[in-house]
Amino acid sequence: MDPILLAVYILVFPGFVFLLGYAFLFEFLDRKIYARMQNRVGPPLVQPFADFVKMLGKEVIDPKGVDRRAFDVAPILALAAVMTAFLYVPVVASSPLAFQGDLVVVLYLMTIPTIVLFLLGWLSRNVYATIGGVRAVTQMFIYEVPFYLAMLAPALMAGAAGGWSVSGIVAWQQHNLWFAVYQPIGLVVAIIGLQAKLERTPFDIPEAETEIVAGPTTELTGRRLALMKLTTDVSLVVGSALVAALFLGGPLLPWTFSPNWLGWTVGFVVFLAKTLAVLLVLSSIKAATGRIRIDQLNDIGWKYLASAAVLQVFLALLMNYYLVGANA
Amino acid sequence: MAEVIVPVGPQHPALKEPVNFKVVADGETIVRLELDVSYNHRGIEKAAESRDFVRVVPLLERVCGICSHSHTTVFTKGIEEAMKLTIPPRAQYIRTIVAELERMHSHLLWLGVAAHEVGFNTLFMWTWRDREAVQDMLEEMTGNRVNYGTNEVGGVRRDLTPEQIQAALKRLPKLEERLAKYAEMVNAEETMLLRFKGVGHLTKEQALQLGAVGPTARASGVDYDIRRDDPYIAYADIPWKVITDTHGDVYGRTLVRVGELQQSLEMIRYCLQNLPAGPIRTAPPRAAPRAEILTRYEAPRGELVHFIRTNNTDKVERLDIRTPTLANWTSVAVSLVNQNLADIPVIVAAIDPCLSCTSRITVVNPKGRHVGEMTWDELSEHGREFYRRRGRR
Repeated sequence: MDPILLAVYILVFPGFVFLLGYAFLFEFLDRKIYARMQNRVGPPLVQPFADFVKMLGKEVIDPKGVDRRAFDVAPILALAAVMTAFLYVPVVASSPLAFQGDLVVVLYLMTIPTIVLFLLGWLSRNVYATIGGVRAVTQMFIYEVPFYLAMLAPALMAGAAGGWSVSGIVAWQQHNLWFAVYQPIGLVVAIIGLQAKLERTPFDIPEAETEIVAGPTTELTGRRLALMKLTTDVSLVVGSALVAALFLGGPLLPWTFSPNWLGWTVGFVVFLAKTLAVLLVLSSIKAATGRIRIDQLNDIGWKYLASAAVLQVFLALLMNYYLVGANA
Repeated sequence: MAEVIVPVGPQHPALKEPVNFKVVADGETIVRLELDVSYNHRGIEKAAESRDFVRVVPLLERVCGICSHSHTTVFTKGIEEAMKLTIPPRAQYIRTIVAELERMHSHLLWLGVAAHEVGFNTLFMWTWRDREAVQDMLEEMTGNRVNYGTNEVGGVRRDLTPEQIQAALKRLPKLEERLAKYAEMVNAEETMLLRFKGVGHLTKEQALQLGAVGPTARASGVDYDIRRDDPYIAYADIPWKVITDTHGDVYGRTLVRVGELQQSLEMIRYCLQNLPAGPIRTAPPRAAPRAEILTRYEAPRGELVHFIRTNNTDKVERLDIRTPTLANWTSVAVSLVNQNLADIPVIVAAIDPCLSCTSRITVVNPKGRHVGEMTWDELSEHGREFYRRRGRR
């Protein structure tokens, strides 16, 4: 690919500029759907962006005895990680940066915000933040295994053709059915895992407002808080896009369109539709539930989610052997 | 994690009330807690001694932002008992209507708060929306949403017109439908059941031993309700039943409150439909004879007690207020031990704490960093000094 085009891809569309805009739109839609389900009016369209700008301008307060530089760097690290992850997720067509095994990289990059939250909680020297940080990591150990298994099951089934790459798995689905059809259990586990990863109700345990104020972000102010909030929004986009890519066929349709620009436009519209559908499901879960306790999540996660994910992997291997074995 | 002290309050998102817990937690488990409720002593009992029976009622209405009618009713009924007045039935019915509307708005508020404490904000928004209907009814009837100004010694201050009664009756079916919905949700919402069942357990023996009152006690199987056991205003004439439950946990307290909501609605409907004709007040004498009265009332949070001593003047010589929250605090301290850190907000909320009415005084000397209590004599001396200085200014 032309280096200039590649730079445009990374920096403008569908890279960082689009990603940030879409993240703000996602937060708006999430809040709006949530509000309408609660019979409230909800925020205006530009509210997330206005919040972000306002928070950037607010005073940055360093709590006593806190490593200031680490506190500055941590939110940037988290944001950089999830933004990088988005580059490997197909938006209009296959990602030009795709390589064999990029799915694993994406999943690892998406874990970094959680680690950063733990770090922030630990650095804060504040009891609420510390408890929040410990909860964030505890929760990670619970959802991460089923979530990874569910996300990797499509890669297993796509096999060498998929190449353990998000774009490859999307391309595989162009010629076959969506993975949502082959692996419905995996889709459910992935969506629940994603909800837990993004720390949204019923899994907002690390930042449970009524218990531990704001959890790990309690001591964050100004641009640090703004960047951490933006990280959450971007994670929401990346997570939804990843589920859309792995289970719902991503931006590709079974048909190819003759001029490239038409294909890209159709792909982009399909991408928007699918990610918004995933968001609708996530927001509905958020509105329909209360917060469970960490010990209850432990039970649910290891007893049911992990078992379901293992079952799905097993079924995927069986299907590989009997159904798709020929083309793989 | 080793044992840590988690401070909760007086500024904390879960409890927007002036209270402080020092929770000693081992990881996520609560080992013990220290409780400090003395942040907002307002000296209302003392202030009540300096106002006559006309002016003391609006003051007592401000003891609590939610049970405002409870405090005035319990006080006026005590004074009326001392004066040996017979209150016209119409006034008693109007008092009952306002009292039950108050219970409804308090319980709906509680249900929302309890849901919010476990992060279920959708139910929180819904109940508070429906609570608006109750508040609108109160506003239509009394002119105010919170401090209704309905009571005075000898009766009530405002009559209900037939239009007001019709308007109130028209609102009830919609409210009834919503209450049925909440009764169903309480038993069906999975995350609520997970967070409410078995949490903050209090046995019947503990409830009796610790003197728990109101829905907290009734949820532990203590069949005790002042409205039935010591009937006042119009409760003896109205068909209704006491709601009890044997779960003893937050779930049980929710069931009791939702049941009471439905009972209250029926009581309001009955009172509105069978409102007796006649005057709404009798002229009380100016002074009350020497007497000592202990008057009780079933406030939304439980048994509210006013002790009144009168001395042939138009002022009380002594007024002592025992709010239900004060009676319920000890049960919280017991039911929190060995529970999860995450359960603090919902267990505390389950007694429906109302703290400014509960606060007792603590003296803080900022220079010497000294915190202590005041004896009764010191307090009265302080009170006399304070008002003397104020009088001089």
